[in-house]
Amino acid sequence: MPTIQFQLNGAAIAVDTDPDHALLDVLRGRLGITGPHFGCGAGECGACHVMVDDRAMTSCDMPMWSVADKDVVTVEGLGTAERPHPLQRAFIAEQAMQCGYCVSGILISAAALLKRNPSPTEAEVRTALDRNLCRCGSHNRMVRAVLRAASEMAAR
Amino acid sequence: MTSPAPKLPISLAANPRLSSWVRFTDEGRVAISPGKVEIGQGIVTALAQIAADELDVDISRVEMIRTSTAASPNEGVTSGSLSIQQSGRALRHACADVRQRFLAAASERLGVDASLLNIDDGTISGPGNVRTSYWELTGDVSLDHDATPGAIAKSAATRAVTGHSVPRVDIPDKVFARPRFIHDASLPGLLHGRVLRPDLSGAQLIALDEEAARAVPGLVAIVRDGGFAGVIADSEAAAEAALTALRKGAAWSAGEPLPDEDHLADFLRSQPVETTVIDTRTAASTKKAARTLRRQYTRPYIAHASIAPSCAMAQWDGERVHVWTHSQGVYLLRADLAIVLKLPAESIVVEHMEGAGCYGHNAADDVALDAVLLAKAVGGRPVRVLWSRHDEMAHAPFGAAMAIEIEADLDADNEIIGWRHDIWSNGHAARPGRAAQPALLAATEIENPYPRMVSTNPPAANGGGGDRNSVPLYDLPALTITSHRLLTMPVRTSALRTLGAQGNVFAIESLLDEIAELRGEDPVAFRLRRLNDERARDVVRAAARRAQWKPQKRSGVGHGVGFARYKNTGAYCAAIAEIEGTDDIRVKRLTLAVDVGEAINPDGVVNQIEGGAIQATSWVLKERVRFDQTHITSTSWTDYPILTFSEVPAVDVEIIQRPEIEPVGAGEAAHGPVTAAIANAVFDCLGVRVRDLPITRDRIIAAMELAS
Repeated sequence: MPTIQFQLNGAAIAVDTDPDHALLDVLRGRLGITGPHFGCGAGECGACHVMVDDRAMTSCDMPMWSVADKDVVTVEGLGTAERPHPLQRAFIAEQAMQCGYCVSGILISAAALLKRNPSPTEAEVRTALDRNLCRCGSHNRMVRAVLRAASEMAAR
Repeated sequence: MTSPAPKLPISLAANPRLSSWVRFTDEGRVAISPGKVEIGQGIVTALAQIAADELDVDISRVEMIRTSTAASPNEGVTSGSLSIQQSGRALRHACADVRQRFLAAASERLGVDASLLNIDDGTISGPGNVRTSYWELTGDVSLDHDATPGAIAKSAATRAVTGHSVPRVDIPDKVFARPRFIHDASLPGLLHGRVLRPDLSGAQLIALDEEAARAVPGLVAIVRDGGFAGVIADSEAAAEAALTALRKGAAWSAGEPLPDEDHLADFLRSQPVETTVIDTRTAASTKKAARTLRRQYTRPYIAHASIAPSCAMAQWDGERVHVWTHSQGVYLLRADLAIVLKLPAESIVVEHMEGAGCYGHNAADDVALDAVLLAKAVGGRPVRVLWSRHDEMAHAPFGAAMAIEIEADLDADNEIIGWRHDIWSNGHAARPGRAAQPALLAATEIENPYPRMVSTNPPAANGGGGDRNSVPLYDLPALTITSHRLLTMPVRTSALRTLGAQGNVFAIESLLDEIAELRGEDPVAFRLRRLNDERARDVVRAAARRAQWKPQKRSGVGHGVGFARYKNTGAYCAAIAEIEGTDDIRVKRLTLAVDVGEAINPDGVVNQIEGGAIQATSWVLKERVRFDQTHITSTSWTDYPILTFSEVPAVDVEIIQRPEIEPVGAGEAAHGPVTAAIANAVFDCLGVRVRDLPITRDRIIAAMELAS
C-alpha cells in the first residue's frame, strides 16, 4: 500500500493506505480524529468538513491520493479549551447549537470563510454555510457566532 | 375539612428512592441521575440548574449521570415535551427532601436549630460560626430512603439558578471535539457492523450468496438470522465494502405496494380505520346555519432526517448483553430487546449516549437491536453499528401523513355556530416497550419474525396522537372532533415532533383565518375575541405587538398569524410570519411569543422555540417523503431537501416568564403555530389558500389556477 504524506493539524503525517480510501475514514478509523463526523457519505451535509489548504471540503468523499502534500485542518486543529479559536469561543458565547453534531463541520466552514474574508456580511456567512446542514434549527445562532468571532478577530 | 395529602411528582412516585436521583460523591461533587436523556434539547443543563438551586450548591459541582437501566430511575421515554414537567419536578422535590434531611442531621451535629442554618455551595453554617457540609454528613444521612410527599421546595422568589440562562454543560465538549456522541466513542477491541436492508419497501431476503463478502479483507463475520443479515469487520471501511459485496449476492421478494404519493388524501380516506370521537359539544340554542364551509387539509409523511445516521454499540458477556444507545427510552428499549432475545430484562443493560438531534421515534431503537444481533456472533467483542443515510431516510419510521376535513357552520354574520373536524391518519406512535410484541425493525426480519406493529395513538389524556391539538382552544358553541386511525400501514410511521398537532393546528388556524377574512375582521382581533384563556390572549397580543401587527400592506409581502397551546395543556405559543414572493415564497421573519410557565433556562427555551420555528419552516416549505409504487425514493439530502442557512428566516422570540407557574416543555410548541402563520401569510401575500403541505411553488401555482 502506498504511503501518503500530508500535514494534519500542523504536524507532518504519513499513512499507508489505499489511495482511494476516503479521508474521513482514515481520520476517524485510523488516526482517532473524531471531530469530523459522518453524516451522509455523499458530500451533501457538511458534517465531515475539514480544511484542505484553507478551503472547507467534504472528507467523506475525498480520496486519500488527493490530500497528498496538502495541509489538512480538522476541528481539533482549530483550538483547544485552553487555547480556543475565536469561533469556538463565540459558539459557546452564543450557545450556538442544539445537538451539536453538525458543529464541527460548521466551525471548519466558518474558519475557512474568515481566512479568505475576515469581515463577512451576514449574507456572506449564510452563503458560506449553505453546504452545511443543521437539522435542529440553530442556524441563526451560528451565524451570530461567526459574526461575533469575526469582529473579535478584527479588534485584535 | 382537611386538605388532600400531598402527593409525590409522577416520576418520583414511580422511583421514590432518593439515592437513585441524588448522591454526594467524593471531591465535593453531587451526582444527579435523571431518567430523561439529552437529545440536543439542553435538558441535562436545565435539570442540573434545578438540582443546584434546591441543594444550594454551585452548578459546577453537579455531575449529570447518563441514563442507564443499571442504575437510573425509570422515567419512560424522553418525549412529548414532558422532561421538565416530569424529571424537573421529581428532581426539585427529591433535592428539597435531601436538603431537609441534611439540615436535620446538621442541626443535630452542630446543636443549632435547623431553621437557623444556612446552606451556601454545600456548606451548612449557623450562628456562632459553626459549620459542616453535605460531604461531611454523608455518613450520618442515608439517602436509601423513599422520598416523602411533604418535602417543600423553595418558593419561586428564593431560587437563584433556575430562571437564568446558565450555559449548557455539553457545549464545550462539542466545540472542542471531545468525544461525546456515540458515533465517536471508543471501546477496546471495537468492531464495526453494517446491516443489509432492502431497497424495495417491505421486501424479504430470500437468498444470500455470501462468497464475495467473505473475500473482503478485514471481514470478521457474516450474520444471518432468517431475513436479517449483516456484516462485522475490523474497520468501518471494511464493513462498508463487505456490505456492498453482500448486497450483490442478495435476492429479495417482491415487497409490498406503496400508495400514490400524489393522492395521499384519497389513500388515507379509503383505508379501513378505527374511528374515535375525541370530543363533542352541542349548542344550547340550535341556530340554523346560513352556510357551511368544508375544507380539506393534508400534510405528507415527514422524515426525522437526523443529521447523523442512527448508531448503537453492543457487547455480550455470556448470556448478558450491554447496549449503548441514543434511544429516547432505555427501559422501553430493554423491554423490547428482552422479548426478541428471550432473556430476562435483568440480563440486559441499556445505557444512553448522545446521538444527533432527535425529533421523535427514529431508528435509534432499531439499530440497537441490529447491534445486539450482530455482536452475538463475535463472542465478547463490542460491535458498533451505523445505519447509512439511505437506510435512515428509507427505513426509519416517518411522521404520519394526515388528511383533515373541517366543516364550519356559519350564521348570517359569518359567526361560527358549528364545527366538525375529522382526521384520517396512521397512528402516530409505534414505540418500543409498550406492547406484547416488539416494535424494532429487525424483529420483523429474523427467523420466526414478529409482525410489523401498526401504529396507534396515545390516549387523549396524554395529549392524543393523530388527534393532538384537534380540539380548538377557541370558544366554539358546538363541535365534534373525530379521529380515523388507519388499520393498514404500507409506510412505516411513528412519533415525530408534535404527532398530529402540526397538521391539526395548520387546519384549524387556516380555516379561522379564512372565516375572519370572510367577516372582514382582523385575524388577531378575531382570535382574541374567541379566546377566554388569559395566557393564550397574552401570547397572541405579545406576538402581535412585537411584530407591530398589522404592518402596512405591501405588494409581494404577506403576514399571517397562528396560535396553539401545545396539547391544550402545555406551552402557549403564538407566531406571526412575514413572507415575500410571487409564486416561489420566502419566509423572511418569524415573531413568536411563548409562555412555558417558569422558564428554567430562558435561553434554552428561546433555543428550542427558534429551532422548532426553523424546523417547522423547513417542513412547510420543502419536506415531503417521496415514493413510487415500490420504494421510498427520498433517500438522500438531494431528494429530501431541508432548509439551508440562506433560506432560514430571522426568528424573534419573546418569553412571557411566569416563575410561579409549574414549568412545561418548549420543544414542540412552535411547529403548529408557525405552520399556520406561514400558510396564512401566503394568503395575505398572494390571495390563495394552499391547503396541502408542503407549500411549494407547484402547489401555489395550482392554487392560483384553481382560484382563477
